[in-house]
Amino acid sequence: MFVSSGKDLLEKCNEKNIPIWEYTIREEIESSESNREKVIEKMRSTLHVMMNSSQYAQDNEVKSVSGLIGGDAYKIKNYSDKGETLTGELMNKAMARALSSSEVNAAMGRIVACPTAGSCGILPAVVLSAGEKLNKSEDELLNALFTAAGVGILIAKNSTLAGAEGGCQAECGSAAAMASAAVVEMMGGSPEQALTAAAIVIKNVLGLVCDPVAGLVEVPCAKRNIAGTVSALTTADLVMSGVYSKIPFDEVVEAMYKIGKQMPSELRETAQGGIAITPTALKLKKGIFEN
Amino acid sequence: MRNYSVFDIIGPIMIGPSSSHTAGAARLAKVAASISGDKIVKVEFLLHGSFAETYVGHGTDKALVAGILNMEPWDENLKDSIKIAQEKGIEIVFTPADLGEVHPNTVKFIIGKEDGSIRQVTGSSIGGGNIFIFDIDNQAVEFTGERPTLLTHHRDLPGVISKISSILYEENINIANMRVYRNGKGKMATMALETDSIITEEVMNKIKNISEIDNVKYINPIVEGVI
Repeated sequence: MFVSSGKDLLEKCNEKNIPIWEYTIREEIESSESNREKVIEKMRSTLHVMMNSSQYAQDNEVKSVSGLIGGDAYKIKNYSDKGETLTGELMNKAMARALSSSEVNAAMGRIVACPTAGSCGILPAVVLSAGEKLNKSEDELLNALFTAAGVGILIAKNSTLAGAEGGCQAECGSAAAMASAAVVEMMGGSPEQALTAAAIVIKNVLGLVCDPVAGLVEVPCAKRNIAGTVSALTTADLVMSGVYSKIPFDEVVEAMYKIGKQMPSELRETAQGGIAITPTALKLKKGIFEN
Repeated sequence: MRNYSVFDIIGPIMIGPSSSHTAGAARLAKVAASISGDKIVKVEFLLHGSFAETYVGHGTDKALVAGILNMEPWDENLKDSIKIAQEKGIEIVFTPADLGEVHPNTVKFIIGKEDGSIRQVTGSSIGGGNIFIFDIDNQAVEFTGERPTLLTHHRDLPGVISKISSILYEENINIANMRVYRNGKGKMATMALETDSIITEEVMNKIKNISEIDNVKYINPIVEGVI
């Protein structure tokens, strides 16, 4: 059975001298009574869906079903292609990818919930962009997704991945933590460094509420996917430089869970608080449901 | 502490925007359609709670119709389902309704068939694309559709369940979960029986031949296969 804490995960990895992704693959094979090839091939078809969703809205101006969002991934791509950005090609490509998946999701296209549909832009954007920059093979990208899944399993076991339970910190926060850990292992960082990255990412979004305009997975969700993507990438560099988290992963995850419990229900996906009840949001909502 | 598969965390592969409002809705409708059988001419969807409030923006309407058309939750044609249903001449009606003390994402399907018969199925989308069916034709019944499921409508007499389980035993099919719902002793009963492996057409025919059985349906689990 998959371990129940980050501490136990590091012990297992150190004992066998394997990365998180290898531990996660072995556990999946055992728990699903499957074999290595099947598990990896299933992840490969998942990766291919991610590749499409993170590209499609960069090449096509998509519009969400409600009409609230769309066309922004296309804008970032064109801006990035001109080569005059402030934060560079990697960051702009990653932002475009994150937004593309989020826009495809809102337009009823095919995506991978990772861990949720609302946060579906982050993991593909981070893993594909870092992989491209570091010239990684498809198999190495798959390994990164297994690292991310391993970290996600720990968060799911000890906290929550649902906005309705823990706010956006639990959705986009978890996605970004999973993604950052994945990149750290992809860069040759240790399992401990991977969990450090996850801890730092979560610490930086603790308290983030889930307050979707009109209750739809669009505003502010799509742009929070960008924020999570940027945080995951910069934190990977931070950790690879040797910086550590003063508070360990397990305690950060527990803190996130407790904060989610303390959040009023108005700020947990019900669209009764935060951005969702600003005058402009209420006007937008009226426009959507009256048409 | 619950155990998770890698693909619970990175997955499901689905059509957006919401696992509970879109993917779960499509699954619910697909199960409702398979309970009803083919030749569906009209469906009224009674939408409760959050389904009633946000079904347009979340595409819940399109997902529900897609399920009725037997599409998978990851089928990219899902967003065109209403148009496809119109072309097939299936009448579609969405009605916001109060279904009582049930999950906020609940829908009741009232399905009209070509022969004039009506089937009613009620279920909830309980998060992450998972579903829960709890009423068929005003008979309480509980199953999730995660495993192969047999639904029987039979006369509640001694030995019926044992006849069914012997057939499954002969075919080496393990029963994972089984519940019987009845209105009274000796009257008609409904059973939901979940198994660990697929039930073949041949096994189904053997079960159909049990004299006390009025009707039996088999519902395949909706699992991601070739995408």
